[in-house]
Order: sequence, then C-alpha cells, then structure tokens
Amino acid sequence: MKILVAVKRVIDYNVKVRVKADQSDVDLNNVKMALNPFCEIAVEEAVRLKEKGVAEEVVVVSIGPKACQEQIRTALALGADRGIHVESEKMPDSLAVAKILNKIVSEEAPQLVILGKQSIDSDNNQTGQMLAALADMPQGTFASEVVVDGDKVQVTREVDGGLQTVELTLPAIVTTDLRLNEPRYASLPNIMKAKRKPLDVKTPEDLGVSLDSKISVLKVEAPAERSAGVKVADIAELVEKLKNEAKVL
Amino acid sequence: MSILVVAEHDNKALNPATLKTLTAAQAMGDDIHVLVAGEGSADVAAEAAKVAGVAKVLHADNAAYGHQLAENLSALVVSIGKNYSHIVAPATTTGKNFMPRVAVLLDVAQVSDIIAVESADTFRRPIYAGNAIATVQCAEDIKVITVRATAFDAASAEGGSAEIETLDDVFASDKASFVGEQVAASERPDLSAASVVISGGRGMQNGENFVLLEKVADKLGAAIGASRAAVDAGFVPNDMQVGQTGKIVAPDLYIAVGISGAIQHLAGMKDSKIIVAINKDEEAPIFQVADYGLVADLFDALPELESAL
Ligand SMILES: Cc1cc2nc3c(=O)[nH]c(=O)nc-3n(C[C@H](O)[C@H](O)[C@H](O)COP(=O)(O)OP(=O)(O)OC[C@H]3O[C@@H](n4cnc5c(N)ncnc54)[C@H](O)[C@@H]3O)c2cc1C
Ligand SMILES: Nc1ncnc2c1ncn2[C@@H]1O[C@H](COP(=O)(O)O)[C@@H](O)[C@H]1O
Repeated sequence: MKILVAVKRVIDYNVKVRVKADQSDVDLNNVKMALNPFCEIAVEEAVRLKEKGVAEEVVVVSIGPKACQEQIRTALALGADRGIHVESEKMPDSLAVAKILNKIVSEEAPQLVILGKQSIDSDNNQTGQMLAALADMPQGTFASEVVVDGDKVQVTREVDGGLQTVELTLPAIVTTDLRLNEPRYASLPNIMKAKRKPLDVKTPEDLGVSLDSKISVLKVEAPAERSAGVKVADIAELVEKLKNEAKVL
Repeated sequence: MSILVVAEHDNKALNPATLKTLTAAQAMGDDIHVLVAGEGSADVAAEAAKVAGVAKVLHADNAAYGHQLAENLSALVVSIGKNYSHIVAPATTTGKNFMPRVAVLLDVAQVSDIIAVESADTFRRPIYAGNAIATVQCAEDIKVITVRATAFDAASAEGGSAEIETLDDVFASDKASFVGEQVAASERPDLSAASVVISGGRGMQNGENFVLLEKVADKLGAAIGASRAAVDAGFVPNDMQVGQTGKIVAPDLYIAVGISGAIQHLAGMKDSKIIVAINKDEEAPIFQVADYGLVADLFDALPELESAL
C-alpha cells in the first residue's frame, strides 16, 4: 500500500521564540527551523511500515514557502520515496491545509495518511481530524501504536484517562503522539541520496484551494513572565514558607 | 443565536472541565444549550440541567456515542450545529479529537485552546508552547472553539433547571469501532483538576521511586504528574505527562521534583499559583519559574518533606 505523510516546517523545538516589538507576530528572522517533531515521528512510522513490507511507497507532502523543501528533503533522507511541495508564500491555516491535503489524497489514493498530532508553532491540533472528515476516512489520533492487519488498522491512542484502542477500516488517517516511535537520524549517504529523489511542486491554485482565512491575528504578546522566587535552605524552611508566606498548606 | 456546549463526561458524571467550559461560553453569549451524547448517560443529562445558566440540555443516548468516537459524535454535532453561533467544547483529548471534524464539516476554521474571551468573536490563545499569546478574531458565522479549562473558573453546578430534549438521530460510522481501553484507576484526585500536584522527572531514576512522591502526595491530597522524560522512560503511564503536549495543570501548588524545566514542560504548569522545585542542579531552568527552590538530592528531600508534613 501507499502511505502519505504530511510534514510541516516549524521553528526548532529548542528555540525559545520572542515576540516582535510591534506585537504583530513572533520573530522568526534567523531562527533555526526544522521538521515538526510529530511529523518526524510520522515519517519514521511510515518508513518502518515500508521496511516491514506493509507499505510499498512513502510519499511526503508539505505546504508552505519554498524553504519547506528542506524539510521534505529531510523526510526523504529518513527514507520516504518521493516528495510533493505545495508552494504558498504564507503558511495557510489548518482548514486550508486540510483542504489541500484532501486534494492530494484524491490524486494519490493512499491507504494510510499519517500526520503529526500537533504543530509546535500554532499548537492547533486540528489538521488530521479535518482531513479525515473531508476525505471521509476514519481517524486514529494521538497514536502510540499502529498495527495494520489486512484492510484494517488498530490504533492505540493516548487519551486523558490512559490508552484507548480503536479499529479503523482502511483507508484511514493516523496522527502521531510522542511514544509512537523514536525517529532515526539520517545518515550522510541517505542525505546525499535524498537530493536525487523526485520532488513535485504544485500550487494551491493548481489544486483549486483558496488560502483565505476567516481567522485574523490581532496581536501577539509575550506571556506574563514569572519571576524566580527564593531559594530555601532546607525542607524545614520550605514547609514554613508554604504554610506562612504562600499559605498553600 | 444560541451557544452549544458539548459536555465531556464518562456516562456517569460531568467532567469538571465541562463546568469551566461553560464559564467561557457564558462570556460569548447567554442562551446556552448543552449537548450530552453518551450511552446510559441519563444521570449526566440531569446533572447538566441543574448547572446555573444552562437554558436547555440536548440528550442523545445510544451505543454509538458510548465511547465518544469522533466520527459519530462529530456527525451528531454537525446535524444540529447550524442552529448555533458558537460550538464550544473543552480542549481535552476528546474535544481535540472530534471538534476539528465539526469545524470542517461546517466549512469553518476552528480556534483551539482559548484561555480568554475578549468578545463574542475575539479570543486569546497560547502559541509556541505558551511562549506567546495570540489575540485572534474569528469571522466565521459559526465559531467552533475548544477551551483550556484551567484558564476558567467552574460554573456553579447548582441553580439551573433546564428542560431536557431527547435527540433520536443515530450517527454510527461503520469504519471506526472501539476495541478497548486501559484506564488507570486511581484514588487520587484528577491531575487536571487537583489543587496540589507533585510531579517527578527523569531524576526519579525509575518507576519504583515514584513511591517517594506518592507518600508526599498522600499527605497533601495531591495528584501525581510527570515530565515527558519520565513517561518515555516507562517510569509512569502517559496520562501523567504534564506539558505542551500532555496535560495542562494550574493548581494552587505545583511541586516539580527532578525535573529540569524544559519549555515544553513549563507550558503545562507555569500558570500554577505557587511553584516549588527540588533539583540537585542549581542551574536547572526550573528555578527560573519557581517561587521556592530547594537545591538538594531528591532522595534526601522527599522523605524529609514527607515527615515534615
Ligand atoms: C514535541 C515535543 C513535545 C514535548 N512535550 C513535552 C511535554 O508535554 N511535557 C514534558 O515534560 N516534556 C515535553 N517534551 C520534552 C522536553 O523537551 C524535555 O525533554 C523533558 O521535559 C525533560 O524531562 P525531565 O526534566 O524529567 O528530564 P531532564 O531534562 O533530563 O532533567 C532531569 C533533572 O533531574 C535532576 N536530577 C537528577 N537526579 C536528581 C536527584 N537525585 N535529585 C534532584 N534532582 C535530580 C537533574 O538535575 C535534571 O535537572 C517535549 C519535547 C518535544 C520535542
Ligand atoms: N503546512 C503544512 N504542510 C504539511 N502538513 C501540515 C501543515 N500544517 C499542518 N500539517 C500536518 O498537520 C499536523 C497537525 O498540525 P496542526 O493541526 O497545525 O497542529 C502536522 O503535524 C502536520 O502533519
């Protein structure tokens, strides 16, 4: 079967962002960018399914500015076979991304689509669920285990109460949680090989999807900072302060 | 127009996050309907009808809704969604699972995880793991919104007397089914709602050592949480993870033990009223947000804390 993986270019998770002085947005100038960690887990899962002989082909797709091709190349170096870049100057909202992905799904007809559960920049946690509804496919979100069995897939999901397992009829959508796998590092030879793998470029207009958004950002502010408090010498002082100063005991 | 709040519950009782979500909904408008979809969930509908400020309860009871499967629940919500100006649910794993489907099936964008309501169409929400707060305006005719429960006070559980209307339509997908669940049974308070939380990180070294935290938690009536590193290492189950991609907590007292204080962890607990950190590394970033920091070996500090309480 064919697996489609959606990957997003985001700020590297180690970087602490700063808000611009004019409060229009966060400052992404000269900031290290990377593959969204959940998308890396998605690529890894697809590649493992290919290595197990469950899948024949892994296609990755990314939507956004030209620079997204760096993240597509990273995914190809991790073992994906082919890339699709849907180029748009700004990053579309989740609704538009889901609509674009839905068009790609109808062109490519994958049996499984794997996305991250959440982008670590917008923290939306929407796109996979939206795509599932648009493509009329069942969904297994926040997955910590994915087992393909014939025309079904069993997905174990990380939920507030613990773990839940659902069975979905393929084709289906899976979104990844942190414990699904530990992504590999790309080897140098694989990074070189990835440069020669096919990468198709399309535009949202080609696919007939408008990027207009009904959600506008009025302001982006720094959160209220907590200031460091005091160091206590020992447990006795800690308990005394919690009782008499903070009054939480 | 009216506002629809989709209740979160376990077929027996309302989840506390629902009451907090109702407070957020009341800031958007005043004709509030609550949808209770479940199986054998009559008690929940009756409970919802008593909540102050609820005008009407819609109750759908069928095996299709017993496990809150996103496919079925979203179809049900969409079937009545056009009657509402806002559709609101808590940003729990259940809400996060079905609400984006509701949004897309109504062809509207969703606003996730709001922490404040500025007006009926303007909301504040954290982005970049809480390192920035965005104020966003939503121009959709139907606003689909998930709410970070810890940012709102609970609506009063008593004082209302809403009518209960039964919804008979059944939406049951044949493409998705519930297989099973592993639910951690615990006598402790719920992590997301507890007023005291004590969390352990990689510094705990193994799962057995969490007993040291449990002994302190017993004295404080606290819930126990963990960092991602502690969950990934298999010390404790996933539902204990606090952070950007785990649970969000905002207790009166949060005690971080053997946790370094990565931004992803801080994103889940830095709105706690009082933060205590116990860490043997005085440079650990957790001390930058802690009201009270103790530089000590946790294996000495925890037994001392237990006996001092
Ligand atoms: C996409 C993404 C999402 C993430 N989401 C989350 C999330 O939701 N929640 C989360 O927590 N993390 C999350 N993380 C992980 C996060 O970046 C950190 O790796 C993690 O929080 C570290 O956990 P820790 O503090 O327990 O471990 P470490 O960083 O290893 O810190 C261990 C600490 O224990 C102290 N220590 C060790 N021994 C002792 C002792 N005997 N006594 C006292 N102190 C001791 C050490 O000094 C150290 O400070 C996420 C990461 C990514 C990439
Ligand atoms: N611009 C994009 N291009 C490709 N995939 C995306 C894009 N935005 C979101 N996704 C996918 O959707 C997941 C969830 O994103 P979000 O709903 O924005 O939190 C990500 O982990 C990606 O797999």
